Amino acid sequence: MAKITYKHPDGTETVVEVAAPNTVMRGAKLNNVEGIVAQCGGSAQCGTCHVYIDEGNRLPLPEMHEAEDDVLYGTASERRPTSRLSCQLPVSEDIDGLVVHLPPTQT
Amino acid sequence: MDTGPVVVVGAGQAALEATAALRAGGHTEPITLVGAETVPPYARPPLSKGFLTGRVGTDELWLRPESFFARQDVTSVLGDPVVEIDRDADRVRLASGEWIGYGTLILATGSSPRRLSVPGAGLEGVVALRSLSDAEELRCALREAGDLLVVGGGFIGLEVASVARGLGLRVTVVEAGPRLMGRSVGGTLSAHLAALHRAGGTRVLLERELVALRGERGRVQVAELNDGTRLAADVVVVGIGALPNTALAAQAGLTTGNGVVVDRWLRTSGRNVYAIGDCARFPTPHAARPVRLESVQNASDQARCVAAGLTGNRRPYTSVPWFWTEQCGVRVQMAGLTLPHDRAVVSGSAAEGRFTVFRFRDGRLVGAESVNRSADHMITRRLLADGAAGPAPDEVARPGFDIRRHLSRTG
Ligand SMILES: Cc1cc2nc3c(=O)[nH]c(=O)nc-3n(C[C@H](O)[C@H](O)[C@H](O)COP(=O)(O)OP(=O)(O)OC[C@H]3O[C@@H](n4cnc5c(N)ncnc54)[C@H](O)[C@@H]3O)c2cc1C
Repeated sequence: MAKITYKHPDGTETVVEVAAPNTVMRGAKLNNVEGIVAQCGGSAQCGTCHVYIDEGNRLPLPEMHEAEDDVLYGTASERRPTSRLSCQLPVSEDIDGLVVHLPPTQT
Repeated sequence: MDTGPVVVVGAGQAALEATAALRAGGHTEPITLVGAETVPPYARPPLSKGFLTGRVGTDELWLRPESFFARQDVTSVLGDPVVEIDRDADRVRLASGEWIGYGTLILATGSSPRRLSVPGAGLEGVVALRSLSDAEELRCALREAGDLLVVGGGFIGLEVASVARGLGLRVTVVEAGPRLMGRSVGGTLSAHLAALHRAGGTRVLLERELVALRGERGRVQVAELNDGTRLAADVVVVGIGALPNTALAAQAGLTTGNGVVVDRWLRTSGRNVYAIGDCARFPTPHAARPVRLESVQNASDQARCVAAGLTGNRRPYTSVPWFWTEQCGVRVQMAGLTLPHDRAVVSGSAAEGRFTVFRFRDGRLVGAESVNRSADHMITRRLLADGAAGPAPDEVARPGFDIRRHLSRTG
């Protein structure tokens, strides 16, 4: 289980508990958090589950694979150094407390 | 905008996304989703991919959790299809006889697999893959089978072929046309994928047609081709395309013709009636003529476009079409509608299995087909969405071409 905070562009936030073996993307879907589209369902093909990891994050996240890096070149909202595809972030106790910011648009 | 109660016909990808986008956009009128299938909305792409191997479980297919409907105050009626639209009284009738009134009607009825018309098409073991129950049946059948015949060298058939080889079956793909996926991609990609399937041990037979299936005790065993070839087959997957589900719309007098005909705002010929997803034929800036597309992108973006219109943010539908497929362990992604085109330039190396075919019409980039080159794909999508000029053919042809430079230019 990990507590994940999704911060919406309008300043509100949704805090949910997500169980392994889900991803941060799936955690949003399972908890009715809108703002993550995930058209391809989690295979790093579409770039519509884009999130910005909170600037102050110290939790260990997996390294970015080439496919994720490639896909992030074309996201609908600008790419930043903190950009990740939430479908590539598996949930575990290691990321308990993760805060992600949802971009203004995914498509 | 005053939409009145919204009724969505269909409970698939487009229907669900429309509902979610309406509520996310602040829509507060009643919404009712009516679906022919007995299960809640799910994702179909895994059905021809990870679901068949067991890598993706049923739980992972649902597009939303069960709690979605109650939380969003959406009524869902499952397993009870709409059988009639009464446009004079603005209401629909369900198979059970119930009438539901609407202020706004959204048709999201999807498409159905084209059926085989050869003798033996009704034998057990012959599967057209569309629904979760089709996929469950196929998953079981593949476990016990030795020989799989795939009829049709399109996306779904080739994905199943690839999975079945991985499971150790003997696999043959029969395609009537001269190349694989001939209606959707260019020759370079067709040839590349044919080579990959063959290298993986799949027999790919082009320009060959199935003429009959024969079996014993009602189960398929043998397939006969038009050149006399006989193939052993204990499972036959039929992947010869899909037809839009338009009967309901046609009966109601809405304009149809290879889909429910809609305008740039996805409005049908009927007052307050929209059509989205696989069932709709729509005009797009990305093609010279109206098109009908079968993709998650199309279903999902059209759903959001209609929902935006109904929540006070009306805009025409202009999204860039894109598609992906997973076969033989490679990532294949397509951006834009590239047929017809007049020039194709390859960047990267087919021999190394990483390349993009950029396609041009009148010197302008109209799309790209990428194998293991997602940055090319994503940036092409972005350039097409922005209406940016993009690279010229000669620039792409130069060694060392990197499309990422164009991204910074358009910002
Ligand atoms: C095996 C498979 C693999 C695929 N892979 C990919 C892929 O990799 N990438 C991709 O982009 N796309 C893929 N697709 C296509 C994608 O799934 C479809 O384009 C998408 O589901 C279309 O959404 P839709 O809502 O228009 O139709 P659907 O999702 O088919 O939903 C339509 C629903 O409406 C119901 N319905 C029909 N008539 C009525 C009625 N009268 N009353 C009530 N309900 C009705 C149907 O039963 C169905 O449940 C795949 C499709 C299949 C079948």
